[in-house]
Amino acid sequence: MTSTVDEPQLLEQFEATVARKDRIEPRDWMPEAYRRTLVRQVAQHAHSEIIGMQPEGNWIGRAPSLRRKAILLAKVQDEAGHGLYLYSATETLGVSRDQLTEMLISGKQKYSSIFNYPTLSYADVGTIGWLVDGAAICNQVPLCRTSFGPYGRAMIRICKEESFHQRQGYELLMAMMRGTDEQRAMVQESVDRFWWPALMMFGPPDEASPNTEQSMAWGIKTHTNDELRQRFVDMTVPQAEALGITLPDPDLRWNEERQAHDFGSPDWEEFWAVVKGDGPCNAQRIAHRKLAWDDGAWVREAAMAFAQKSAQKSVETEGER
Amino acid sequence: MSDQVRAEWPLYEVFVRGKRGLNHVHVGSLHAADDQMALRHARDVYTRRNEGVSIWVVPSAAITASSPDEKDPLFAPSGDKVYRHPTFYDIPDNVPHM
Repeated sequence: MTSTVDEPQLLEQFEATVARKDRIEPRDWMPEAYRRTLVRQVAQHAHSEIIGMQPEGNWIGRAPSLRRKAILLAKVQDEAGHGLYLYSATETLGVSRDQLTEMLISGKQKYSSIFNYPTLSYADVGTIGWLVDGAAICNQVPLCRTSFGPYGRAMIRICKEESFHQRQGYELLMAMMRGTDEQRAMVQESVDRFWWPALMMFGPPDEASPNTEQSMAWGIKTHTNDELRQRFVDMTVPQAEALGITLPDPDLRWNEERQAHDFGSPDWEEFWAVVKGDGPCNAQRIAHRKLAWDDGAWVREAAMAFAQKSAQKSVETEGER
Repeated sequence: MSDQVRAEWPLYEVFVRGKRGLNHVHVGSLHAADDQMALRHARDVYTRRNEGVSIWVVPSAAITASSPDEKDPLFAPSGDKVYRHPTFYDIPDNVPHM
């Protein structure tokens, strides 16, 4: 059926839908720039889940007990699942899965810079669960109400599962804090390394985030980077106190007037360097993903050949009857 | 390898029955080489925490959908039939159980 509606009218309908806080669904008309922004954001999110399997996967073989190993396996499997939910959502915007994988491997699309930091000690598994997944939850809870239906639905599934991730991490750190001085020092050292990169996960400060305004007008984002960063700091400070560690920021203190914490600024030069590819693990992460993709090619092809052969066989048997 | 074999695994839509007595509900999609693999992948991707007691997988290409362009004409016939709703009828307050 050919559309009799012209573009200004379609745009008006689209904007009215967004203004009503109603959802946009894949087959609705949408401005090309809205589609492009979503592909970029949702793909980046999906890639982050997939690359995010690597830093923690690093410790599966060295987890200190069967219990911790089972938990870590389940968590890394969840990250794979989250990546798949989000790839499916991206595909409804007209990009194929193979294109997305190729854009990740070639560096045309990014993933969260946090996964370019190494996991040097087992305490990092706990810190990632507590701080990195905690920051992710802060980002993702408002995204459950984002304007694009499939993205919001994927976020709802993900948020339900992230809570396990954060709690297992915090519990792991609590267990270490009840241990020896050496174990407590391991936790503090790990938090010292991850605190600032975790704050960077919310993206550049508002004045340096050119896409935020348009994304908010379209209902893709509902809060600015700085708002979410503030919320995360306020949530985390009492958790750090309960744990008994110090957050590595001399400027961190309660501001009675603002009813919020003042805190220092992350090193944004480091942030941009990591985004541009100069983080400690950028090359390693992509090389590993590419290796898995290339090594899996024969499996994907064999499964496809088998499916075609089986389909052919069942057509032939049908014919003989 | 021929291009046909190198093509992406087809897309399937996944429907899960949360518990007995409920409808199967669409939960998302995934890629698989064939129906059996789609079912196994659906279990791993969409029911890791007892979210379902039954799964349907359907090749996305097999779904016929109404077009958003014809939404208004398609659903218009039900718009002006208010008498299909119980609230259309005034019943006095003193009539019980209705």
